[in-house]
Amino acid sequence: MANAKAAGMTRREAYEAKQRRRSLIVAASSTIAVVAAIMILVPMAPGWEKVQRSFFNGDVLAQTFPKLLDAFLVNIMIFAWCAPAIAILGLLIALARDVKSPALFPLRIFGATFTDIFRGVPVILTVYLIGFGIPGLGLPRPWNSPYIWGSLALILTYSAYVAEIFRSGIDSVHHSQRSAALSLGMSERQVMRDVVLPQAVRNVVPSQMNMLIALQKDVSLLSFIGPVEIFRQAGVFKSLTANFTPYVGAAIIFLIVTIPATRYADHLMAKQRRDRS
Amino acid sequence: MAKLELRGVVKRFGDHTVCDGIDLDVEEGQMVCLIGASGAGKSTLLRCINLLEAIEDGAILLDGIDIAEPGLNPQAVRARIGMVFQSFNLFPHLTALENAMLAPRRVHGKTKAEVGPQVEDLFTRFGLADRMHNYPDQLSGGQQQRVAIVRALAMRPEVMLFDEITSALDPQLVGEVLDVLLVLKEQGMTMILATHEMGFARQAADKVCFLKDGRIVEEGPPEQLFANPERPETKAFLARALK
Repeated sequence: MANAKAAGMTRREAYEAKQRRRSLIVAASSTIAVVAAIMILVPMAPGWEKVQRSFFNGDVLAQTFPKLLDAFLVNIMIFAWCAPAIAILGLLIALARDVKSPALFPLRIFGATFTDIFRGVPVILTVYLIGFGIPGLGLPRPWNSPYIWGSLALILTYSAYVAEIFRSGIDSVHHSQRSAALSLGMSERQVMRDVVLPQAVRNVVPSQMNMLIALQKDVSLLSFIGPVEIFRQAGVFKSLTANFTPYVGAAIIFLIVTIPATRYADHLMAKQRRDRS
Repeated sequence: MAKLELRGVVKRFGDHTVCDGIDLDVEEGQMVCLIGASGAGKSTLLRCINLLEAIEDGAILLDGIDIAEPGLNPQAVRARIGMVFQSFNLFPHLTALENAMLAPRRVHGKTKAEVGPQVEDLFTRFGLADRMHNYPDQLSGGQQQRVAIVRALAMRPEVMLFDEITSALDPQLVGEVLDVLLVLKEQGMTMILATHEMGFARQAADKVCFLKDGRIVEEGPPEQLFANPERPETKAFLARALK
């Protein structure tokens, strides 16, 4: 009591500070207990030494890590041209699904079919079918490159998801915003472009961030049709060194990129929830 | 010829008839107040006049020309009739100034430089000059609603519709918005208000219409309608509303 007064805290503040200290101590000790248990128990498993040698081999990691980073540049490159293409195609598909003009009805059907198909097929299957199928037509170089057709497969699949997210964003803009814009004499098109879309896009930024993170990981699926990106490179090193550590190295590199990105997306989501309430 | 004439306007939502044959004349420069309980059809009638709702039957004549003709492009009509909503409906991603400049630029194809001075002038006239670069969420309810009025006025409309524009405001902010209406009245704007502000209607309206169940039960100058209502429904409503 005297203590709290001296620190210039109210009775409640003193109580809450005490509670905070207590939960901090509890959280810290339980975390230490769990980590210690894992560190003691896992090495006691009969196969631990073998696992440690083949998955967590420091020498192999040091030897392969720089090359893995080089291979990761391929992932970044593929990601870098796919992402903008997905954003544009996804938005176009979303808009196509909501066109009202009867002359453009085929566009509407196309949009619906597109999302149905590419959301319904596993990404790896699309990558295989397009990545092997289209070059199989006997196209001349460079048009038989798996980089092109693999990327196209990713673009098509992700556009379908991104389009659905854009649509939910468009639906999330309150209809009174449309009324207000229409009442000023603006056309449906102007209302969409100047009033609805800017708000819709802003509303779905966090969800689209999550799509970007998923895309970053799925770029690795292209390794199945040829491009030597990080997953494929790790596989090569696995064979060379007869050791699985390169895969762990690849996972570390992914995490270095995705953890901050995921944290940022979560931060955006939380901020949006706060703004809405 | 009146500026705006409604002839037997009928609006249904499914089986529910919201406007059941409404006749109304609004002279140039008049302020007409629609009063009545919630659900009487006041808001829907305003939305019909602005062609936000298509009417089932009847006619809406603006300068003698039927604007409710099916198949007519509503944009040109809406550009001549301004509307202000209960919930302000400012565009949250634009500043107050951008809110007001958007429609003149898009609909009339003017540049920012062309509309800028005129719109800024409106902000100044309604005491919002220091607020025009703020976003809507940085403004009070009363300021937002005044910006919404400025946004509608920026289109230089011939008629203004006000849909219970003070109903979502804290009581102490109602006055600043109603003051704007008085200024507009002085400038000769033709206006229709759906309102629950009986005191304001009595003081400022040229004509008051009492609506019930989608019909105009009684209409007349405010002093007569408020002091000597003829119909029992009007009496009952006013007894409750003025209590």
